[in-house]
Amino acid sequence: MSYAEFRDLDTELKQFQLRLGVAGAIVLVAFGLLVVRFLYLQLLQHEYYRTKAEDNRISVVPVVPNRGLIMDRNGVVLARNDSQYTLEINPRIVRNLDATISELGSVVELLPRDRARFRKLRAEIKGADSLPIKTRLTDEEVARFAANAYRFPGVEIKARLFRQYPMGEMASHVLGYIGRISDKDVERLEADGLAANYKGSDYLGKSGIEGSYESELHGTTGSAQVEVDAGGHGVRTLASTAPVPGNNLRLTLDIKLQEVAENAFGKFRGALVAIEPATGGVLAFVSKPGYDPNLFVDGIDPQSWEALNNDPDKPLNNRALTGTYPPGSTFKPFMAMMALELGRRTPEYTISDPGFFSLPGQSHRYRDWKVGGHGAVNLHRSIVISCDTYYYGLAADTEIDQLHGFLSQFGFGQATGIDIDGEKSGLLPSREWKRKRFKRADEQRWYQGDSVSVGIGQGYNLSTPLQLAFATAILANNGVVYRPHLVRDIVDARTGETRPVEPKPIRTVSLNPKWVKLVKAAMVDVTRPGGTAAQAGAGAAYTFAGKTGTAQVVGMKQNEKYDETKVAERFRDHALFVAFAPAEAPKIALGILVENGGHGSSTAAPIARVVLDYYLLGKLPAKPLELNPDGEDE
Amino acid sequence: MIARLWDKLTDGIDGTLMLLAVLVLTLGLFTLYSAAYESPVRVTSQLANIGVAFVAMWIAAQIPPQTLMRFALPVYTVGLLLLIAVALFGEVANGARRWLNVGVLRFQPSEMMKIAMPLMLAWYFHKREASLGLRDYFAAAIILAVPTFLIAKQPDLGTALLVLAAGFYVIFLAGLSWRLIVPVVVLAAIATVALIVLEPQICETALKWPGFKDYQKARVCTLLDPSTDPLGRGFHIIQATIAVGSGGFLGKGWLEGTQTHLEFIPERSTDFIFAVFSEEFGLVGNLVLLALYLGLIARGLVIAAGAPSFFARLLAGAITLIFFTYAFVNMGMVSGILPVVGVPLPLVSYGGTALVTLFVGLGMLMSIQRHRKLVQT
Repeated sequence: MSYAEFRDLDTELKQFQLRLGVAGAIVLVAFGLLVVRFLYLQLLQHEYYRTKAEDNRISVVPVVPNRGLIMDRNGVVLARNDSQYTLEINPRIVRNLDATISELGSVVELLPRDRARFRKLRAEIKGADSLPIKTRLTDEEVARFAANAYRFPGVEIKARLFRQYPMGEMASHVLGYIGRISDKDVERLEADGLAANYKGSDYLGKSGIEGSYESELHGTTGSAQVEVDAGGHGVRTLASTAPVPGNNLRLTLDIKLQEVAENAFGKFRGALVAIEPATGGVLAFVSKPGYDPNLFVDGIDPQSWEALNNDPDKPLNNRALTGTYPPGSTFKPFMAMMALELGRRTPEYTISDPGFFSLPGQSHRYRDWKVGGHGAVNLHRSIVISCDTYYYGLAADTEIDQLHGFLSQFGFGQATGIDIDGEKSGLLPSREWKRKRFKRADEQRWYQGDSVSVGIGQGYNLSTPLQLAFATAILANNGVVYRPHLVRDIVDARTGETRPVEPKPIRTVSLNPKWVKLVKAAMVDVTRPGGTAAQAGAGAAYTFAGKTGTAQVVGMKQNEKYDETKVAERFRDHALFVAFAPAEAPKIALGILVENGGHGSSTAAPIARVVLDYYLLGKLPAKPLELNPDGEDE
Repeated sequence: MIARLWDKLTDGIDGTLMLLAVLVLTLGLFTLYSAAYESPVRVTSQLANIGVAFVAMWIAAQIPPQTLMRFALPVYTVGLLLLIAVALFGEVANGARRWLNVGVLRFQPSEMMKIAMPLMLAWYFHKREASLGLRDYFAAAIILAVPTFLIAKQPDLGTALLVLAAGFYVIFLAGLSWRLIVPVVVLAAIATVALIVLEPQICETALKWPGFKDYQKARVCTLLDPSTDPLGRGFHIIQATIAVGSGGFLGKGWLEGTQTHLEFIPERSTDFIFAVFSEEFGLVGNLVLLALYLGLIARGLVIAAGAPSFFARLLAGAITLIFFTYAFVNMGMVSGILPVVGVPLPLVSYGGTALVTLFVGLGMLMSIQRHRKLVQT
């Protein structure tokens, strides 16, 4: 049989034309198929693909607002935004991170800490699409990377605004710091309904003013509809809503005073809070040692973090806000106020101090700091010479709940309500407190002996340095209470419109002006010859009211003479001092704690003098203060 | 004087083919201008290509079919030898051995096969016309299979497909029995359906396809389901489909294609230029372009039907159908109904080689049309 179907010319031509016809039909069918496909894509599915193309094309990019600045009361900038170049990796694009990072190392210098920080950020922030491998690039590094950029898809140089704290460690515990938004922060922001406003934000305030005023400082995120190409690069902006910059904050803090106060501490750890009694404005807020908040800005590297955490000096502890210490003898002026107001003592009531106090029918001796005692002591003298025996007796004569009720009015045992987070409330004991605190019935009972130590600011008493300053400010202000605050004005960054944080008296402690005058006079005499802080007060050109205090770090046994030279530095007593001046019209009230400073008179009071001299007279110490914790007793 | 020069220049040029070709070329240049917005030099470069192609077409149009027939065997033989040379000494680029470097010139002998193959087979069948038997189809199969195999081996699937198609068209038009054609078509249809149905199993990454490179397997698999690899190989198909679909009825307008101008379309001046066209000129543009192609093909088939000799008929028919194959495969691939094979859109895609090949084909058609009366009777 033959597979060639045509032979003669005519049939051959006809056959050929038939084949051509078949071919033509195939062409028509094929093109028809294309037409159907075009109809399907371009008419039926047009909307779908149009949306797809728009999604491709337009990306809504958040425009991050500039963070508000933080300034001191005189406009000195304490936190600002600096433009810096960072080298950032998009972990979604870069498949092999390790290889890319080690290759990057040949272009720009990468320190082990850079790598470690990147790893840490990578672990903390799962969904990130840009993480810095190196920050603060020099111009040369930027140029060198730019020349090699083609080798690193997914790695980009970005110009970013960085929070900068020009004062370094100074006032670090006031300012706090900002840090990268962690997965935990994201959860919190989502719960608060703030997630949308933080799209595009990399940082938020973590502590201090930065943390508690986050909502003011952050601003409102704007948005831009940006046309992007296939590589995700913005080509042009189609529409945008401008971000609203965060508000600037003007603090009540006087950074010069802060500096003087911080320097006065020298190598000592401790805390100082200075409050303007008439407003509650915090003039200085010291916690020593501090830390450099700049370390946290672009994600702290693990080494620095370890170092800060393991430092025995605990630089991250905000001692002024969260350190609780027995107030010691600084408690006495308030005890004295209580005695007069509750009628437990008259000004004339005089004891004969043998150097100790015993409860009736008990042999236990509560010792005065002065062996042999102070002799005849009335209320005035009890403050000037800081007589323990007087206050043992007073406390024993006062029902603890009454004591608690009265002294609560000065803020002991409760948070002051200062405008930064994390404040500790300290402890002012009461019967109810003890009942809740302990489990066994005999422990839950309040004993008169418990009251005795409370009288001299020991026992269960605990206060923060902030609380001491607060209580002192209330006394200085004749009982009118202003909430302590650090922010003075909230300033709109665009209009300059200023919204002051109105200092409003939150309550008034009802005090008899006669008794206030009496206690204040005694406190003035503390800094005069014969008083426990006479040395610190010598030659003051203003009336300087104060009270020294000492807080025991180790419990002393009965009859054991405390000898600080033998006690290791860390076990030495804490020195305390509260003060206000000028006594007749107080402009500043202080609470000071010097950790392991020995006695209030020897370390804490001289610091107060330097601070007051500067604040009231503009006088700087002629030479750096030399604090001697082994100085005279109170 | 000028009139005489014009006569000389238009001598043997078929007006219909020329008009349709120029219209397509014009559309192509506008599209290229949009596609190659970042390197406008491509447009002038393409104009130069067109100039060369016109000259080649004019020359081809001057050569009578009888003379062409004499070229068939030598051209095919040289082409085959060159393909063997490529296999032995060829240069490797992009993982394929396609190029032959002869000092100053670097070229792909496979391209030449696209013309040489139909020429050779048409010549062979013409020679054997009087006593065409089963043997001849075997011989034709071998003539076709050897170069196709060599090209596929390079590997260059797209060109191998076009050469195979060109040869097949000649054999088909020469009268290969339906009894052989139908079973092959049915088998192919079954295979295609099976491929689509069994896609998940066949495309499993571990599975090797005998005789296929991994990238070839991937192309087929990606076509079957582009979403399996939206950022990798599927990206081309997905983005091209989006471009076509988003063009809608009237298109986004010339130079307004967002997919094009934001670089979502890969190879947008060459193989994927139809996506650009489709996005900017929409369904209306597509139908116009299809109509122009259809006109060219129809004109080619008419020329073939009226051709003076068996050789001329077969050659004209095959050239026309190759033209169709280019157009169909390219548009099919861009709109996502055919796998991505490197086939340009005829007369539109940027690039000189394919353009010259196509215009030589058009020139041959014109020559066949011009000489139809001379031999007939």
